[in-house]
Amino acid sequence: MAVAADVRRYLRPEMMPHILCPGCGHGIVLQALLRAIGGLDLDPDRVAVVAGIGCSSRLAGYVDFCTLHATHGRAPAFATGLKLARPDLTVIVITGDGDGLAIGGNHLIHAARRNMGMLCLLFNNAIYGMTGGQVAPTTPQGSRATTAPWGNVEPPFDACRLMIAAGASFVARGLAYEPLTLEQLCVEGLRHQGFAFIEVLTDCPEFFGRYNRLGRGPEMLLAQKRNTAAVGPLLARKAILGGPPAQPGPALSTGVLHREARPEFAQVLRAHRKGTSA
Amino acid sequence: MGEPRLLPGNEACALGAIAAGCRFYAGYPITPSSEIAETMAEFLPDVGGIFVQMEDEIASLAACLGAALGGMQAMTATSGPGFSLMQEHIGFAAMAEIPCVIVDVMRGGPSTGLPTSPSQADVQQARWGTHGDHPIIVLAPASVREVYDLTLRAFAYAERFRTPVILLYDAVIGHLRERVELPDAVERVRRPRPHPGPYRPYAAPDGEVAPLAAFGDGWRFHVTGLAHDERGFPTQDPAVVAALQQRLQQKIEDHGDEVTQCEQVLMEDAEVAVVAFGIAARAAREAVRTARREGVRAGLLRPITLWPFPEEAVRAAAGRVRRLVVAEMNLGQMLHEVERAARGQVEITACLRADGEPVEPEEIMAPLAVPSWR
Repeated sequence: MAVAADVRRYLRPEMMPHILCPGCGHGIVLQALLRAIGGLDLDPDRVAVVAGIGCSSRLAGYVDFCTLHATHGRAPAFATGLKLARPDLTVIVITGDGDGLAIGGNHLIHAARRNMGMLCLLFNNAIYGMTGGQVAPTTPQGSRATTAPWGNVEPPFDACRLMIAAGASFVARGLAYEPLTLEQLCVEGLRHQGFAFIEVLTDCPEFFGRYNRLGRGPEMLLAQKRNTAAVGPLLARKAILGGPPAQPGPALSTGVLHREARPEFAQVLRAHRKGTSA
Repeated sequence: MGEPRLLPGNEACALGAIAAGCRFYAGYPITPSSEIAETMAEFLPDVGGIFVQMEDEIASLAACLGAALGGMQAMTATSGPGFSLMQEHIGFAAMAEIPCVIVDVMRGGPSTGLPTSPSQADVQQARWGTHGDHPIIVLAPASVREVYDLTLRAFAYAERFRTPVILLYDAVIGHLRERVELPDAVERVRRPRPHPGPYRPYAAPDGEVAPLAAFGDGWRFHVTGLAHDERGFPTQDPAVVAALQQRLQQKIEDHGDEVTQCEQVLMEDAEVAVVAFGIAARAAREAVRTARREGVRAGLLRPITLWPFPEEAVRAAAGRVRRLVVAEMNLGQMLHEVERAARGQVEITACLRADGEPVEPEEIMAPLAVPSWR
């Protein structure tokens, strides 16, 4: 397919083979992002991918842009400095649920609050994959992990609700199960002026799937379909702000959940001078 | 020279940074360093620079490194507790070879310690605070004017060696107002750009440090805190990793003569010498003067560069004098280095103080004036 050939030009063949496990959804998500970049015809020299630590963050090394594989949880802070220094760059943050919501939660909420001009793609597989399957702040209550052998006792974060509350001006949820929809969300996120956040539900058959008897990749992707519902922005907003916790419970909303026009921070700061206000 | 003015050390640091070409500052408020951030916030926008107050010190240095990869010269400033938080990214900067300047205005510790009192207790943290073997340069000014001058040098070294450089001084130097005449113009530090064509950001052609391209300027490359090859791609190949470790270490060690500076005061005929840096060296200078008046041939060795430590100068002095007195405001952090450098050649007396008060000339005078060898 012509589209697939397009995407391969963004990869670094010298970095192959990659580290992802068979059945892992991360590759599907990356391809959706690369198709979005191709569709928008972004100049690869002016695309920067900043990532933290974890399986998803390793993807930064595989793509032929300006890539920064930073420290655990700190990608939004690195990306903030880069975007402020170079507002001309398209800055994409790749993070995972442990990276972004546990160790990096502080940086994530503040990047959202400032409305830093970047697309943040949070790969949520509900577990720490790279370190062997420990419980994450997104692991559903009752699910098993190596550090929750009798089931997780902690309530999980809803990343999208968190980001809306923190001030992100574009918030969406996508699925590895729906790569074409995800691509469209990435296009909208890349076009957005300000902090665009997309939580992508992806699967970890090797650890989360195995420990919780959820099957392999295909079964886990099909479960995404069963447990989610695509909704329009208005309904999603209502459901998210007033609804019960996402898990366990009713179907999780997908699609664009929140969008508002707010000045992008790098532009605000450049315009801001002594005696003036933004 | 400009007009004489009364300037506190922290302001001199900010002005030196701007003169050097620093156009990005990210920081988090902490006593006794906050005036640096406040001065940068006031003046950076006027020169087209960026000031941003981040959510913590971890993020502050992260933002600096992001900006440095975007081609800007970047600085942050903090004190002990914040310096502890920055260690993670000092290591990243050392490994990924990203130039940056970190100011640590030392206060009493450990932990929250003595927020408004001076200390010199971060000597070893500045060298070894982050995990793993890594290169570092640490400069220790002793006056307001020297804060300005060493800030300029810090940026020059950061760019030349692609390394984090730490400016280490204490609350007294930071808040002390002194009459200074700053130069009208100084040469701005420039970052070399790579040649067009294939780019290896971690190669060392002819033992030199490869230029660092800026993101967005046409060179696409990978930056990681993982051990990496010359292209910046992760590797676990023992030969490549060993070469990387060696190169990181050597790139500064090989230029020790250029980087390591140590002031020598009245050392020609000294029979006893004080080793002291920063604010303690000012008390030591006074003590040496008094000792001379009383007939003791005293001298002063003042490390201006703390790391790489001026081993040669200390060793040479240890071979000449009858006693070294190490005066510092901690419980003996530089003392270890002096003992190591002296190799048992000489009697070493420690004059240590870690109670939040600056060391007094009289305290240093006491061990100088005990001529046990007479």
